[in-house]
Amino acid sequence: MTTFLQQVFNGLTLGSIYGLVALGLTLVYGILHIPNFAHGALYMVGAFMSYFFMVDMGVHYWVAMAGSAVVIAVLGIICERLVFHPLRNSPPIHDKIAAIGILLFLEAVVHMFWGSDFRRMSTPFGGVVNLDGVFLREQGILIIASTVVLVVALNLFLRKTMVGATIIAMAQNREGAFLVGIDANRVAMMTFAISGILAAVAATLYAPMNLVYPAMGHLVIMKAFVIIILGGMGSIPGAIVGGMIIGFAEAFGGYYISDAYKDVIAFALLVVILSIRPQGLFAKGAH
Amino acid sequence: MLKVEHLTKMFGGLAAVNDVSVDFGANQINAIIGPNGAGKSTFFNLISGMHQPTSGRILLDGTDVTRMRCDHVAKLGVGRTFQTTNLFETATVLDNLIVGYRLRTQSGLWDVLINSKRLQREEKAAREKAREALDFVGLTHAENRYIADCTQEERKRVAFALALATDPKIVLLDEPAAGVNPEETEGLAELMKKMVKNGLTVCLIEHKMDMIMGIADKIMVLDHGEKIAEGTPEEVKNNPVVIEAYLGSDHDAAA
Amino acid sequence: MMFKLGALLMHPASKYVLLALALVFPALASNEYQVYVMATAFIWAIAVYGFNVITGFCGQLNLAHGGFFAIGAYTVALLTSDAGWNFWPAFVAALLLTAVLGLLVGAVSLRLKEHYFAIFTLCVGFIIYLLLDKWEELTHGALGVRNIAAPDGFGLVNFRETMPLYYLVLFFLVFIIWFTSRIQKSLVGRTFVAIRNGDELAESLGINLMKTKIVAFVISTTYAGLAGALYAGMIRFVGPEDGNVLHTFNMIMYMLVGGIGTLFGPLVGTVGIVWITQSLQFLEEYRMIIFGPLLVVLVIFFPLGVCGSFLTWMHRKAQALGLGPKKVQTESKVKTSSQEASNNA
Repeated sequence: MTTFLQQVFNGLTLGSIYGLVALGLTLVYGILHIPNFAHGALYMVGAFMSYFFMVDMGVHYWVAMAGSAVVIAVLGIICERLVFHPLRNSPPIHDKIAAIGILLFLEAVVHMFWGSDFRRMSTPFGGVVNLDGVFLREQGILIIASTVVLVVALNLFLRKTMVGATIIAMAQNREGAFLVGIDANRVAMMTFAISGILAAVAATLYAPMNLVYPAMGHLVIMKAFVIIILGGMGSIPGAIVGGMIIGFAEAFGGYYISDAYKDVIAFALLVVILSIRPQGLFAKGAH
Repeated sequence: MLKVEHLTKMFGGLAAVNDVSVDFGANQINAIIGPNGAGKSTFFNLISGMHQPTSGRILLDGTDVTRMRCDHVAKLGVGRTFQTTNLFETATVLDNLIVGYRLRTQSGLWDVLINSKRLQREEKAAREKAREALDFVGLTHAENRYIADCTQEERKRVAFALALATDPKIVLLDEPAAGVNPEETEGLAELMKKMVKNGLTVCLIEHKMDMIMGIADKIMVLDHGEKIAEGTPEEVKNNPVVIEAYLGSDHDAAA
Repeated sequence: MMFKLGALLMHPASKYVLLALALVFPALASNEYQVYVMATAFIWAIAVYGFNVITGFCGQLNLAHGGFFAIGAYTVALLTSDAGWNFWPAFVAALLLTAVLGLLVGAVSLRLKEHYFAIFTLCVGFIIYLLLDKWEELTHGALGVRNIAAPDGFGLVNFRETMPLYYLVLFFLVFIIWFTSRIQKSLVGRTFVAIRNGDELAESLGINLMKTKIVAFVISTTYAGLAGALYAGMIRFVGPEDGNVLHTFNMIMYMLVGGIGTLFGPLVGTVGIVWITQSLQFLEEYRMIIFGPLLVVLVIFFPLGVCGSFLTWMHRKAQALGLGPKKVQTESKVKTSSQEASNNA
């Protein structure tokens, strides 16, 4: 029973991180119909920025996280302006290739500054809470709590504010939104900024439990893609639910099936599900 | 020629096409009109096999094509154009048209590897068919032009030619005259008449009423997925239900 | 001037000149290493030709392409080193296996459209990579496979030496280019392009989408398998990193630089970039700082690549100079006069 509960906690932790990353990915997809392959690179740069702020500038964990979020938000906006905006009317294959270009570039830049070493990031929440034999890492608790806060905040933002309402309007109907005078450019930039913030926060939350290195985004982004396909591309609740599915599948699969193959589980799941339901689990229809 | 019986298509809980029955005669120009969102394009998608209907039947010259896949329907002689036709922009007009005849050919990869007689014969036939279609739409002079260098009206004609190269019996034209000027519209109308004169049956969706009233033999009016009227242009024009639908939808649009 | 030069390049004879150059290249090269680099470039070019069939002609961005390359390489590697086969039977097995796997993966993945297909294949590629890395009983995991047999020679020809190997690779490259050009010009190739133009349009032209896409996919994976098999026979060592998705990204770049969907684009792009990378050795690790933005700039400003831009430019120039068939000119006169008539009316 304790091991089971332990895996539940691990699954929640993992699922929260995946959910946050997938959330950013799904927002951008929902509004701009771009599968942003560079999202994992934003996540990775987010971790390095926090690392940089903490180690080289000596600021506190929370300050580093905030700084990283700002930097990645700006980076997201730059990508939108410089790359995706000019490509909005191009054949669909082009924005995917461009996103891959951004990904390669960001990785190379980080590699140039920090090398390919694995780095450890410290956290003020390094302790472990022993709950009747179930070990809850403080960082894990922080991750779950932060995710709940972020998701609630994002929901409030999307539902209660004018800007949020325009984002939702545009996600539902791009041309329609354009007709009623929504500034599509602003919404696009805003979406990329939010997506960047979520990536940076997720990276900073997860980095102390993992390691910081240039290729750290690869697995995460691919799992995020699996998640948003499962949850329906563009769906916000889908990203959270999908994140949890993958998080739990990995935690339990890693423990009960095989730790070496736990990374394969997510992809195998995707292959199986898409083989049976090409439109995903919750999506109304594939485009 | 084309007989549709109680055709219904549900998307989620909404009926995009609701219990539509109609009979389009051979060798005629049949028009489908209606306000935006009336289900006109869906209707075409159902006939051409792109969507599967929820219920109802579609008969082409007596053959039941209701559940057939799109490519089979095309082989039976249903050609079609779209509101926007994506073509290979940096290839010539002729190169874009040759593939139109592909459905009447058999050659596969093996023929390519050994450059078989059959492949040579079929490629010659496809090329001839493309030229013939090009000639029909009056674009022979532009055969070597890149699509990217063609005007909007020329693109429309190329799209027609591509549909014609499939050797169809009936062509479904989705807003063929959208985005071209009045003179060009007239030219395209002439082209449709020419198609009928050459033994084809034409079905078109169009918003340009002047053109429809001038060329259509029969008009079907759709509104909210339902057929609200059908008849000659004269009959439809004076049908109070149609007038109401159009005025009503104008009110909606204004609101 | 430029146009005449271009016309010379377009001349049917120039491809024989190109072939002659490739044949004498080992004599012109200043050392054996250069021949080796060229042979590696040719191997990648073969794989990129495959990529061009599914992505360039048929419009489906297959991000598992590098994975099939790795499967081809590992098939030869494991069959020759662990199972003790000779190279050529293993080579044939690699082609068959990549074709069959292409058929299976294609049958599932090609039902998905655009983004879904790209993401799905990205995952397939990653599964392949993870399997190579984790399935130690079969693949030796991170250690990789050593002692791979070189292609068996005949008579005095020994494919352990660089020169004969170079000609062997060149032979396959020429065959692949020849076969691809056949496909491109044929109705089969036109069917691929029709699908790239749009699924719906292609279907309405009576094209069986699934069947056609699968054919293109199997061709592309078999090319990748062929390249991988040659790679294993040449490098004689493979590791999981050969299945890294970065190789697929590299191939995208080769294809895009050369000209997506063109016949000589994969060759021009691959050989060009490989040599540029070689001459900028100091950049090796950081080359993506240049090539990443280059990809972005290419898709935004020069989506046609070197060959595509060249062909388009030549075509327009020829049209402007009125160099088309005679019939064209007379017809266009008729057209202008009839246009004038209608304008006057």
